[in-house]
Amino acid sequence: MNGIVSYGVHLPYWRLDRSKITQTLGQGGGRGTRSVASFDEDATSMGVEAGRRALAAAAPGYGGPGILAYATTAPGYLDKTNATAIHAALRLDDCVPAFDVGGAAKSGTAATIMAHNGGIAVLSDVRTGRPGSADEAAGGDAAVALIFGDDAVIAEPVGYAPVTAEFVDRWRVPGESYSRQWEERFGEHAYVPLATQAVGDVLKQADVQIGDVDHAIVAGLHTRSVKAVSKQLGCAPERLADDLLDTIGNTGTAHWALMLANVLDQASPGDLVLVAHLADGCDASLLRVTDEIVAFRERQRSTAAEQLAATTTELDYSSFMTWRGFLEREPPRRPEPDRPASPPSLRGNAWKYGFVGGQDDGGFIHLPPGRVSVESGAIDEMTPVPMADRRATIATFTIDRLAYSLAPPVVAAIVDFDGGGRMQVELTDVDPAEVKIGDRVEMTFRRLYTVDGIHNHFWKARPVRS
Amino acid sequence: MASHGIRDQVAIVGMGCTPFGEHWDKSVDDMLVESSSAATASAGVDLDDVDAFWLGTMGSGLSGLTLSRPLKVDHKPVTHVENYCATGSEAFRNACYAVASGAYDVAMAIGVEKLKDSGYSGLVVPNVAHDGSSAQLTAPAAFSFLAPAYGEKYGVDSQEMKDVMTRIAWKNHKNGALNPRAQFQKEVSKETIECAPLIAGPLGIFDCSGVSDGSAAAIIVRAEDAYDYTDHPIFVKALSFVAGPATGTVDPDYDYTSFTEVVHSATDAYRQAGIEHPRDELAMAEVHDCFTPTELVLMEDLGFAERGMGWKEVLAGTFDLDGELPVNPDGGLKSFGHPIGASGLRMLFEAWLQLRGEAGDRQISSIGLDGAPGKTKALTHNLGGSPGSCVSFVSIVGSRLD
Repeated sequence: MNGIVSYGVHLPYWRLDRSKITQTLGQGGGRGTRSVASFDEDATSMGVEAGRRALAAAAPGYGGPGILAYATTAPGYLDKTNATAIHAALRLDDCVPAFDVGGAAKSGTAATIMAHNGGIAVLSDVRTGRPGSADEAAGGDAAVALIFGDDAVIAEPVGYAPVTAEFVDRWRVPGESYSRQWEERFGEHAYVPLATQAVGDVLKQADVQIGDVDHAIVAGLHTRSVKAVSKQLGCAPERLADDLLDTIGNTGTAHWALMLANVLDQASPGDLVLVAHLADGCDASLLRVTDEIVAFRERQRSTAAEQLAATTTELDYSSFMTWRGFLEREPPRRPEPDRPASPPSLRGNAWKYGFVGGQDDGGFIHLPPGRVSVESGAIDEMTPVPMADRRATIATFTIDRLAYSLAPPVVAAIVDFDGGGRMQVELTDVDPAEVKIGDRVEMTFRRLYTVDGIHNHFWKARPVRS
Repeated sequence: MASHGIRDQVAIVGMGCTPFGEHWDKSVDDMLVESSSAATASAGVDLDDVDAFWLGTMGSGLSGLTLSRPLKVDHKPVTHVENYCATGSEAFRNACYAVASGAYDVAMAIGVEKLKDSGYSGLVVPNVAHDGSSAQLTAPAAFSFLAPAYGEKYGVDSQEMKDVMTRIAWKNHKNGALNPRAQFQKEVSKETIECAPLIAGPLGIFDCSGVSDGSAAAIIVRAEDAYDYTDHPIFVKALSFVAGPATGTVDPDYDYTSFTEVVHSATDAYRQAGIEHPRDELAMAEVHDCFTPTELVLMEDLGFAERGMGWKEVLAGTFDLDGELPVNPDGGLKSFGHPIGASGLRMLFEAWLQLRGEAGDRQISSIGLDGAPGKTKALTHNLGGSPGSCVSFVSIVGSRLD
């Protein structure tokens, strides 16, 4: 039986209180909060974090995905595949193919279809809009990874009914940082019948009634249509899944999967889940939760709700604007970081992306891996040691108020890993005033900076909050 | 240990040092001309009398042509050396060895750096191609790791640490106020130092050395020839330079309260010079006070204070100009700024002045001049890199042959 065997969510540490938009601009905003990818996050790095969680929660004996499919509307690169960085950071075997899928919100579904036969689908998005726009306030940033397989399935597919349609409701020319929309009522006119058709088809396919559905997920970037379809479904209001719009916002490509993850976090064995995703048509799916969900929860690191609880809303609108590139601020009188060079990056792939150190015969761990042992001087007797999932303790630290950063000051620490290994590392998602010797940190994959259009992805440490 | 040293084999017979500061009106060439001319004049020789040159600069030029072109050196060996912030000291060390070997009669060690023309504050280090995986911290941040680590290890709370750091900055500015070559020639109140805007960790602006331009040079001859040039030569007792294995950045056993490289080079230098009790035997020390916590830790690494006691000695004034062992009597990097290639030779210049009795208002009273009783040896210390990953240089020079 094929189905979802594991999943993982990444929610950024930061959320913006929408009222801060109104306070600053006198317009936009609204109630609630939206999640915000930090200045050092992008869709790729968030995808890695979600993927790590999903892989960590897979059942014992899980052999790894056979394919990686990555979908986003905010790709770091064109021409170059973004999924390969995720592939490298997840330390997947080089025989496992990795693909990017499209730039449309609908492409999350495509990634899922590509991965449904034993792969991992990574859906990650950074959503934005012009300052003061509805999209800016309504958007959200998050990543979800879904792993499919035959063993220990936690949610099995019962039906899938796509309806495809061509109409120009939302569009964005490549290179622009925000999208545009046709008049709202037109979208509703176009979407509602498509969704009605897709949902009807999938229920018929599975021979179930809407009353049998325990959790109904309706997602899409067209808020008015999503609301209308939710209302017209005919299922009891308490069976409509939380749309997460008040807290996280609409996370685009990732949103239906984020809502699904949130449902699976709470669902009971046997529950029937309907997913209707409105994007250039409608994709409707039915899933049935299995008994395996119980064992999965014991392996799961954190639910979406737990991650949400560990976020902060102490983000200024000015920082949000700066991180998004809408507010260019005076840099320190220091040179910008220089471009990472491709040949050394390739040579050090396992370290740079996979965070794999080297361990000598005596057990001493070298970060980064070297050829010569610190302790014995032995040459080329190192074995690779993956370090990304080990926690560490701060030995000493600093707050660098002079270094170049989009979010000064730079906080850095010397950290000692559990089981050995030391490195100097930048801290992220941290209050500089709270850092102290002895604090516990965990590793997180980030985009350190971008120079000459090259994104420098590497690892940082963040406080352990759970 | 097969580090034999060249105790009393070579001598400095002339030195020159430009004022250090923001030399908007001077080029690298100008400063090289000034310091070399002052050095040759000091030794009573012509440039043509110099047989070989060692030029130290980290980022102000490449190859021996950086010196030969402005000085019109006529087809002689000019060696360009670089060893981070110990670059000037490295030029000196190599020039000394060249003379001691018998290869040359007269050598010049010269260091120069032009930092202010970059347009940036702080050091700008030329980078080799890299994979982007190293945290790119500024120098003050890298050295500020010392402060919380030292406080944690020895139970010194953050306010006490701040007091110690302030005391070091205050002392060095006080000394620099007596030095016409210093970049900053004013005393600075402890309150101003303590309340200055923070740069990195607990380090404020006044905990950091300035950014300046400068050059310094020395003329080196065989010790037996020294009195042909001057009545007051300074003899080289010890030269020790080490590059560490840089394990502190990867080894959890390193605690960021010491520079192991300094301990090694100091131990070697004391052995070469036959010094057993540095605090008693040395008249003064010029040390690498790039940042105030660095000077604190150096007091222990160089054996001037017991481990964990350096902070108390600093507060007690042990290292003041009129203290038991004056440290950075010329004002240090703190008052001079830190033109990389020049700093090591600037430190030697102060030893040169003090041991000859030419330091004016800041002349150290314990120094024995012209055969009079008193101390006759000085130490210079220069390091590069950052805690856990350093190069370190220690020299000991003296006004008398042992």
